[in-house]
This record gives sequence, C-alpha cells and structure tokens, in this order.
Amino acid sequence: MIFSRENQKVFRVRASSLALVVSIVLAFLLLRLAWLQIVEHEKHSSKAEDNRVILLPQQAPRGMIFDRNLTVMARNDAGFYLELQPSKIEGFQKTIQKLREVIEITKNDVRKFKRLQKEIRSYDGLPLRGPLSDIEVAKLVTRIQNLPGVEVRPRLIRSYPLGVSSSHVLGHIGRISEDDLLRQKKQNNAKQYRGFTHIGKLGVEESYENLLRGKIGYQHVEVTAGGKMIRELNNSLPVPGKNIAITIDSKLQRLVEESFGKRKGGLVAIEPSTGEILAFVSMPNFDPNAFIDGIDQKIWEELNTSPDNPLLNRPLKGVYPPGSTYKPFMALAALSSGAKNPTEIINDPGYFVLGNHKFRDSSQGGHGQVDMKKSIVVSSDTYYYKLAIGMGVDLIHEHISPFGFGKQTGVDLSGEARGILPSSSWKLKRHGTQWLQGETPSIGIGQGYNVFTILQMAKATSIIANRGEIIKPRLFKGSREFNSSEFTYGEPIIQGKLDIQQEWFDFVIDAMEEVNKSGTASRVFGNARYPVAGKTGTAQVFTIKQDEEYDSEKVPDRLKDHSLYIGFAPVDEPKIAVAVVVENGGFGVTAATPIAKLVFDFYLARKR
Amino acid sequence: MILGVSIISCFAVYSSSHDELIRFYQHVRNILIAGLLIVFLSHVPSVIIEKFAIPAYVTTVFLLIATEFFGETVNGATRWINLGFINMQPSEILKISLPLLLAWFVQKSEGLNTKRDWAFVLLLFLFPLIIVLRQPDLGTAILLFISGTILLFFAGLPWRIIGIGLGLFVVFLFTLFVFGDKFCAENMAWPGLREYQKLRICTLLDPMRDPLGAGFHTLQSITAVGSGGIFGKGWLQGTQTQLAFIPERSTDFVFSGYAEEFGFFGSLLLILLYAGITLRGLWISIGAPTDFARLLGGTLSMMTFTYACVNIGMVTGILPVVGVPLPWVSYGGTALITLGIGVGLLMSIGKDRSETTQGFSLQK
Repeated sequence: MIFSRENQKVFRVRASSLALVVSIVLAFLLLRLAWLQIVEHEKHSSKAEDNRVILLPQQAPRGMIFDRNLTVMARNDAGFYLELQPSKIEGFQKTIQKLREVIEITKNDVRKFKRLQKEIRSYDGLPLRGPLSDIEVAKLVTRIQNLPGVEVRPRLIRSYPLGVSSSHVLGHIGRISEDDLLRQKKQNNAKQYRGFTHIGKLGVEESYENLLRGKIGYQHVEVTAGGKMIRELNNSLPVPGKNIAITIDSKLQRLVEESFGKRKGGLVAIEPSTGEILAFVSMPNFDPNAFIDGIDQKIWEELNTSPDNPLLNRPLKGVYPPGSTYKPFMALAALSSGAKNPTEIINDPGYFVLGNHKFRDSSQGGHGQVDMKKSIVVSSDTYYYKLAIGMGVDLIHEHISPFGFGKQTGVDLSGEARGILPSSSWKLKRHGTQWLQGETPSIGIGQGYNVFTILQMAKATSIIANRGEIIKPRLFKGSREFNSSEFTYGEPIIQGKLDIQQEWFDFVIDAMEEVNKSGTASRVFGNARYPVAGKTGTAQVFTIKQDEEYDSEKVPDRLKDHSLYIGFAPVDEPKIAVAVVVENGGFGVTAATPIAKLVFDFYLARKR
Repeated sequence: MILGVSIISCFAVYSSSHDELIRFYQHVRNILIAGLLIVFLSHVPSVIIEKFAIPAYVTTVFLLIATEFFGETVNGATRWINLGFINMQPSEILKISLPLLLAWFVQKSEGLNTKRDWAFVLLLFLFPLIIVLRQPDLGTAILLFISGTILLFFAGLPWRIIGIGLGLFVVFLFTLFVFGDKFCAENMAWPGLREYQKLRICTLLDPMRDPLGAGFHTLQSITAVGSGGIFGKGWLQGTQTQLAFIPERSTDFVFSGYAEEFGFFGSLLLILLYAGITLRGLWISIGAPTDFARLLGGTLSMMTFTYACVNIGMVTGILPVVGVPLPWVSYGGTALITLGIGVGLLMSIGKDRSETTQGFSLQK
C-alpha cells in the first residue's frame, strides 16, 4: 500500500477539476429542465392536460386485383366499423351492454371479437361490428363519447366482388397474427408492417403481398381528452399499393365453375406461348370475404370438416393418377429414347400377361392390331403395358421427367405439391424396397405410383402444344402504380426446350387430333369447328389425403373412377391448353371432356 | 452516511408513484437489500476489498465469456445467463469489478509510470469491454468505457491525451449535427453500429423520423416533463396515460413521471441530491489514504453522476434513447445491488479515512 503525498496531490487536482465538471453539467441539465418546465411549460402542459398529441397511422389502400380483361376481382370498400380497444375499456360486459342499447350486437360478433383478441396483440382497436349502416353510425357517434375505449372508425375493407368464384386463385387477406409477424421478422420485413392490420394469407393476395401492400402514412394530431381532433400538426401521406392484373379470365372461370356444378375436381387452362394461366379452378370453392376479419367459428368448422374439402386448392396441391392422359407422353418417351418404332404393330387381345398376372385392358376384347398412332386414338392399355415393360421404370423416368412431372412447375403460388414420378431409386428411398417388375405395366397407363397435380398436367400439355418449348406457368400479368394508367407487363419465362425431334411431336399431335375426331373423345369433339388435339383419361381412384369420415351413403360415389382430359386448340399455333379432372366422374369422355369442350368453345370464340 | 440514507428513502417514495403495486413492493425490497449491503460493506476495511479485486474481475470475465456462448438471446442481444438458481447480467457486475481491478492494478504498479504499465492497463480495461460490445450492448459498453477513462484520468492520464480525445469527440458531434440529414439517409450504413442504434441517434436529431417507434418515447417524455411546470401536478396526478403506451420503458423513463408530478422543484431537488452524492463521494476519495481507495472512490462517485446525467439527458431529449436506468430510482434489482455495493465501498473508504485522520497508519 502506498501512502504517497505526491499521488494524493495529483488526485486532488483531478478530482477537483471533475467536481467542477460535475457542477457545470448538472447546471446545464438544470437549465434544460428549466427550459422545458418553466419557459415551455405552457406549451407542454396544454398538450398534456387539455389536449393530447397522438399519432394516427393512416391506412394505405391495398392494391386492387384485376383479371386479364381488367374486370375487378379484389377491391377496397369504405365502411365504418365499431372498434373496441381492450386495454382502455372499463368492463367488457358493461360496455357491450351499453352498446346493445343502441345497436344490435350478436353473440357471434362477441365470439369473433374474443377470438381476435386472442390472436392479435395490438394496442389499436379491434373491430366488433361492421360495416355499419348510416343510421347505426349516427346513433353510435353520440353515445360513445362517454364510453372509454370505444370508437367508430372509417376503414377500408377488402372485398371480393366475385364471391366464391376464383376463390382459390385470389386467396384472401386476414388479420396479422403473431406467427405472421415472426415470419416477417425472419425476412427482416417487420418494420414495414407497423400500423398494418392485415396481410395476404393465401393465393395471389399472399404471393404478391409486397406489391399490393403499399406504405403506411402518419397523421400527427392534437386531440382533446374526449377524442375530438383539434388540429393536424404533421402529415405524411400513405402510399397506396400497386394494382395488379392477373392472367385469369374471370368469365371463363365462372363458366368452368358452373359446368362442374356440385362435382369436385379442378381445371387449369394455360396459353402455351406465354405460360399465362387463363383459368385456374378448384371445386368446390369458398367465399373469401368470410376470412377477412377473422372467420366466424361456425363457418370455419363447416369448411374444415366438410368431406368435399372446399379449402383444398386442388390444381395446386391435389395429386391424381393421370390415367390414359399419360399415353401421349409415354409415346413421346418411346420415340425419343428409340424404344419403339411408330409403325411397329402389336397384337391387343384385351390383356397382357406378365409372369402369372394378367393385366387387363379397359375394353373387353382388346383392339386387335395396334400401331402407335392407333394406341393413342383408341387408348389401348395393352400396348402401353408392353411398352412399359420394354422400357423399364427408370428409362421411362428419364424421358418423362423433362415434361415436368414429379417436379414443381414454379407457378407463383406457394404450397405447390410435387407429385410422384416413380423410379427405382425413388422406391428404394421412399419405401425401402426394390422395384418389382410387376409394378411396371401400370406405370405405362398412368396408374401405379404415378400421381401428379392438374397444374403439372396442364404445363406438360402446353409443352406438347409448344412442340417442346417449356414456359413457366404464371398468374401475374402486370402491375401499375395507383396513380398511373399504364400497366407494366411481365414477360414469359422460358425454361428450356425438350430435346425431341419436331417430327415426333407432329406424329403424336396428329394422333391426339384423331382422338377427338374419331377416337375416344369423338362423341364430344366430333363436330368441333376448330382443329383440336387431346386425350381422355380414366383413373382408378387414389385417395386424396383427407382425414374426414365419409357418410356411408357416399361410399359408392367415392370409389368411382376419376374422369380426366387434356388437350389444346387450335392444333397449329395453339391459343389454349387445358387439363381437367372431375373426381369420381367416371370415364374420361363422360365428365371431363365436355367441360374441356365448353372451355375451348368459349375461349376460341372470344379470341376471334 | 446521512446523505446516502436520505437519498435512498426519498427515491423509494418517488418510485411508488407508479400504480403497479407489485413492482413497488419488489422495489422496496430491493432497496432494503441494497441498504443492507451498504451497511455491511462499509464495515469492511478497504484492505480486504483490495484482495477481492482480482477474483471479482476474473469471475466477471469468465461469466461474460460464458454468456457469449451459453447466454440467452433476447431481442437479438445476448446479455443474460441462467445459472440455475438465478438469472443474471454479467455486464452489470462489470460496473464494479472493472474499476476494482483497474484501481488495484494502478496501485500495484505504483502509478502508471512505464509504457508497459499503460499497455497492461489498457488490455485489462478493453478486453471485457469488447466482449460486452459483442453482446451487443453498446450502451453499457460506452458507460464502462467512460468509467475506465475516468479512473485512468484520476490515475494520471496526461492532459494532452484528454485534450485530443475531447477534441475528436467535439468534431464528431459537429459533423453529426451539420451533416445529420445525409448520414441519416435510409441506406447509409454506419460502420460498427447496428441499424437500430443508428436509428436512435438519427431519431434524436429528428424525432419525426420514426414517430411510432423510438421517436415516440422521446416526444412523449418531453411533453410529460414540460407539463410539470414549476410545482408539478402533484403526486399520482400526472397524466400517466401518455406513458402507459410504453410498458417496457417505464423503468428508464421514471424521471419523466417524476418531473411531471413534482415539477421543476422536484427536478431541482433530485439533481441537487445527485450533486451532493457525487461531490461527497469525491471529497471522501480525496482524503483516502491509499491510491486504490482514491481511484475506486473517485470512479464510483463519478459513475453515479454519469448514469444520472445520461438518463436525465435522454428523458429530456438531449441524448439518444439508450437503456440507462436512473440510479436509485429506476426499478431494477441488479442496478440497485450494484449501486449498493458501490456506496458500501465508498463508505468503507470513508471509514478508513476517518480512522487515518485519527492517527492510524494502514501500512501492512
């Protein structure tokens, strides 16, 4: 230990100088406080006591969604809402009772409100009822002056004027939940959402959220204790979201939905040269308007437990065996791999024997002598059993995979299913066992492990229509700023080209045209006024993932085959390619094909 | 002694002006604990305290490193570590253990005479600081830096270097004010600082920049303070609704409420009390017999002052929003304990001093 006078002196000098600094700084602080509390006292106290300065976030109008012909599919309606701020009200029950003296508030409303409260943690008001009628607004505005935490606020509400039509494509918005915020935080986007109440949850509303959302504005206002606005101090304008146009033709959508009627299934129509999706239908559908402010408990339960699964986006997530619609692709695979000569003839007695198993053709007596063209036109199963065995599952996989089966198409919607294009390595990984030869014949006719989405089927059909060019399917057509009239359009996204000779394409397309003229689809397309190529399909039922229990009455229906059809028209320079599945619809030509014809008739007439 | 006690009791009362009773009880409990610590420590001669310097420092650094790897991350910052029976923040302890060690070292080397001494001291000083910075905890790191610098100043940091340092700082502030807008543009990234830290400083220059976020606290706080007037609105009469929007910040912004309710007189009183504590602490330190005691005492006194200033500056809108509590007033157990230890040490030094002046020499 040091007892040093020298050091002590040094210390004393420095300590004194710091003491001086302390005094100066504190004096400075006192000055600042004096400034605030004496000189500016009036200004601040008037703010605090009589008035309150608050910041009002101003909603940014969300961008509208149009179809390809600029028909409105999603817009914003202005309406007044009765809102409660849970942290400010004095007694929930008491407040509700007082409000009930003025307007009607149902048990449903209260239930929905409580549910919102649980999901959303917000200091802002939550809606209890709305949109309010003019009379209700007038009645309420006078009454709520004495009710703390209750407000009537004008809001922009999202609305889908087409109702249930196109619901799966559009999707819907809903209140921002904690989960949504977490997800945004991960993407470093959380700040954008301050002050926002809703976010796109599904469909196009979700995929193009960043374009549609816009930017929030602020209003710095002085308000009395009663909530009356005195004056505006500062303003930063909100920026409305961009309006977007999607490639869908809403009239075509409605046509398809009506022709499905009560049946389940889906349809995708693509413009082959651009990849634009003209129709995207999933039946049954639902009303997206119900979801916007927190869906009613009853409706939600109904939708969720219905055995028809209306919330399932079938073209995107439902996987089906392609059935005979697979045959043109098998033919192209055979041609491009050299496995089969198109003129080679096989005998079709109506069955195919492998080992001690008989694989049956769908027609009793078979089709007799069949070459490749005829095999497509009459849809001979035997031909394709033989072809499949001849090629083997892996060679098939190699030549079919480029058509996009078993892969996501890359469409601009989230949650796309992959489907399964089987191979021996796939089976080993997935099931842990070797591929058995007995599993191969059914692959040839589009059964067995093959399952694909309607979207994939439509894209593959477009590839044939394009004679090999692969273009990414998309829903986005263009966008425009809120204050401009010019749309900026998107470009087709070319993903590649198949390495298959043009003459093979011509050959198969020619066969597909014959299908409609004299083959399995001639009953429907026989006197079509345009050249059209296609293929029917009938798929044995493969249970789509559903957790519900079926009504016993519905059991027979459920086991009926699916009806499928793929096609495009006009044959040269195709304008539209279609893939449609009608669940439990029976033969391909019975249910699916007529819908496709309606689509072609409608769309090609319009084009003209 | 008297000063210390009276201050404490006053603040306890002031803190209770918030209407969350549980917090109040916990706060009183914390203050009593801190008080006990003071009494206890004041009877420990500084000789023994010296012996604690190294172990305290080592433990803290160890805990800091442990926190870096095993600590809990909250809001992107890893400051806490769970030791099974207690959750603690090692950077808080550093506020005591760092000056403790630095003082010990200076005494050991009999004043920092050689370049080697200086190098050592800087290493001991900056090493834990960097760990804290990486948590990230810029606020605490800066305050620790200030405390270390003050200690070095007491130890004999040449005036020249101080001059240069101050000069640079002033230049920095100047550029910030003049070129504020350019620096605060959306895409300018400031090296070494995170986005939210840059945001806080820029918000200070222009509170409307982020009105629903950081700017909000400052604006509301200024309004609350200003509206207090000369005599304040009276205990429990403040329009606390304004601050009810900011639940997490009610601890750091406790001065706003106090100033609103007790007005200028209240603010004056509090500031005079802080001045009193600080100056008394310095006075005690000047008369202390050993280098260690002087350095420690001086630094601890100055730190109380610094915290108070930064907090009040933040609340009145002249400093950016940093998470610094108001000593003895803001709710927060760890801070109170730290303060208690600090004052206890000072008391102990004071006792030594009075013993010395009675003729005892404390040479080993």
